[in-house]
Amino acid sequence: MDLLSGGEIVIRALRDSGVKQVWGYPGGAALHIYDAMFQQEQIEHILVRHEQAAVHAADGYARATGEVGTVLVTSGPGATNTITGIATAYMDSIPLVIISAQVVQEKIGEDAFQETDMIGVSRPVVKHSFLVKKPEDLAATIAKAYHIAKTGRPGPVVVDIPKDVTYPGYKISYSYPEQVDIRSYQPRSKGHPRQIQKAMALIASAKKPIIYAGGGVILGEAHKELTELAHLVQCPVTLTLMGLGAFPGNDPQFLGMLGMHGTVEANLAMHEADLILAVGARFDDRVTNACDKFCPNARIIHIDVDPTSISKTINADVPIVGDCKLVLTEIVRRVKIDLDENNTDERKRTLDSDAIAAWWAQIEQWREQYGIYRQQRYAPSTSEVIKPQDVVKTLCTVTNGDAYVCSDVGQHQMFAAQYYQFNHPRRWINSGGLGTMGFGLPSAMGVKMAAPDADVAVVTGEGSIQMCIQELATCTHYNLPVKIINLNNQALGMVRQWQDMQYAGRHSSSTYGESLPDFCKLAEAYGHVGIKVTRLEDLQPALEQAFAMKDRTVFVDVQVDQSEHVYPMQIQGQAMCDMLISKTETI
Amino acid sequence: MRRILSLTMENEPGALSRIVGLFSQRWYNIDSMTVAATDDPALSKITITTNGDEKVIEQITKQLNKLVDVFKVVDLTEREHIERELMLIRVNATGSKREEVKRCVDIFRGLIVSVTANTYTVQVAGDTSKIEAFIAAMKDIGIVEVTRSGVVGMQRD
Ligand SMILES: Cc1ncc(C[n+]2csc(CCOP(=O)(O)OP(=O)(O)O)c2C)c(N)n1
Ligand SMILES: [Mg+2]
Repeated sequence: MDLLSGGEIVIRALRDSGVKQVWGYPGGAALHIYDAMFQQEQIEHILVRHEQAAVHAADGYARATGEVGTVLVTSGPGATNTITGIATAYMDSIPLVIISAQVVQEKIGEDAFQETDMIGVSRPVVKHSFLVKKPEDLAATIAKAYHIAKTGRPGPVVVDIPKDVTYPGYKISYSYPEQVDIRSYQPRSKGHPRQIQKAMALIASAKKPIIYAGGGVILGEAHKELTELAHLVQCPVTLTLMGLGAFPGNDPQFLGMLGMHGTVEANLAMHEADLILAVGARFDDRVTNACDKFCPNARIIHIDVDPTSISKTINADVPIVGDCKLVLTEIVRRVKIDLDENNTDERKRTLDSDAIAAWWAQIEQWREQYGIYRQQRYAPSTSEVIKPQDVVKTLCTVTNGDAYVCSDVGQHQMFAAQYYQFNHPRRWINSGGLGTMGFGLPSAMGVKMAAPDADVAVVTGEGSIQMCIQELATCTHYNLPVKIINLNNQALGMVRQWQDMQYAGRHSSSTYGESLPDFCKLAEAYGHVGIKVTRLEDLQPALEQAFAMKDRTVFVDVQVDQSEHVYPMQIQGQAMCDMLISKTETI
Repeated sequence: MRRILSLTMENEPGALSRIVGLFSQRWYNIDSMTVAATDDPALSKITITTNGDEKVIEQITKQLNKLVDVFKVVDLTEREHIERELMLIRVNATGSKREEVKRCVDIFRGLIVSVTANTYTVQVAGDTSKIEAFIAAMKDIGIVEVTRSGVVGMQRD
């Protein structure tokens, strides 16, 4: 058997964990590992330009593929630079393994050069973390890290490795565990049959049901089961920001996103519903608005793999802890038996079709009256003034609704969520929970690496893009031809919107004076193509041109209307259904 | 509502900081906490006394269970259980007070474990209410110092 050094074991164990790419940045404490990386070819290392971007890129890769993303950084500043990325992944339950190098063990605790207590600093934002104390533990620990990252409710796992553990002069035999079993960690998978039974009774008796599904459906690969169930019981479906794509955007039963910037029909349907079937969603404050006014008539069935998500903010009548794919499969199976015409069992459940029809009639009326998809509810673009919504709609047209859309955070993110129609899971890549500006471009690099032949768009703003703009160099280095669509409103638009609404238009620090760069020249400086769009008639041709250049990274800088606000918008402190639909109208 | 939670967890480095971190990060109360290894050196047992309404206690229990290193969480208050706390208390003991302290110690089945010309140091064990009753009884006599272990607990079998 080969004898391997600690550094070599790290690489071999990554390979045996199924890793193909590692996003990272070297430094002193990581050099033994980097040297081992250099001497092999199975794993590709992608050198980013900032460790935060390494984590976002690995995260984008994980979101697009469902696999675990991997990051390698050095100790101290390398490790601390990953924290925003780790917190981003943690909030959205994205499986990542972050390998951080650490100073040699004999120096730990002495404030050595580039020493940071990474286990301590990362603790609140990781699913779990390990500090490896001897080379003999490396392979098993790395195997555990991957197991924990991807099972149950996924999340980021940190493996901190002191430099002496990877020392090249000490070689040992290598073995990767065939199976990982952690006695204190046994995530529940199947839902409890009695709870499922209770859920069945509620579903059958509902007159105004709604399915409210979130990112858990995508993480749990349960979109087919969800769609099948919705069709069987003719139930309207709304999705969270994280759930977009879990149910086809073009399905007539889809009411759009819910919550703060959700559609009126989705929020009204939630508010009026007598049954909410929540799947892989966590009733967070950007959805519920004021908890004490939340959906007064609804009974709630809540399916989630993480028991802490259930009854945390909103009490569930029927909690079902389990993997949502397994639970939905079981519910679908039972519904099918109940609805089977050949089933003559008198106790079988039937749906209240008349009530459901009346419910749909009501929803249709809301759609007609308030919906943003039946009618355009913002002032139209003119030749000189392009509305940001129209940029997203044009992007959707040009890419046939098939692109991966990686978003940053702000108004442009909400417009993308509202106006790009996601018909498949894993196409909408955004930082929902933490709302991390700077996520867009690096996450798109990860997506492009995972899907080299697909169209990958970054929908961003001139504020957000500058938070990881250095990654334009990584795109050059590794030929990652993503298309950056900058909705340039020359302002921190979302901040400005709140200042308009709540601070009498005092735009405190939400514009940049004359300091915005010429983004096209900047892109060109990195070797990319820059296209500036100031007129509506140039918009579609510019986007077509950008996507036609298959092997070039293109920066499309679109000047959009600075005064536009995102609507609908829930009124803070009120019920789900209390909304503004324009600067002057409430419903 | 006061609750006593008994946790069994892997005796891993950093495991304790995850528990403490969880409580501080989510603004849960810790009234007392004791930690030590069990007969199995790979496992440690933690007893936490906390308080909160039903909803908060349910979240605390779930959040603790979610920690990868945590094996088992038992809410002892929900079942028949034994709880004990150990206290060392130093009191003024001069003149007639010396006799009075001794009488109290006997009533509480404590032990005088150290003696000086002016003080007694007393060891008292029992549930929290007994410990607190002894402190109350010593108030007028004059307390010099108190150290309490916090609660340890176990389910009755
Ligand atoms: C790292 C970080 N800092 C601050 C914020 C707060 N924030 C939310 S949206 C926003 C403005 C974003 O501006 P831009 O990227 O230009 O997007 P726009 O809203 O103009 O479309 C800010 C500052 C954040 N979400 N993330
Ligand atoms: Mg902007």
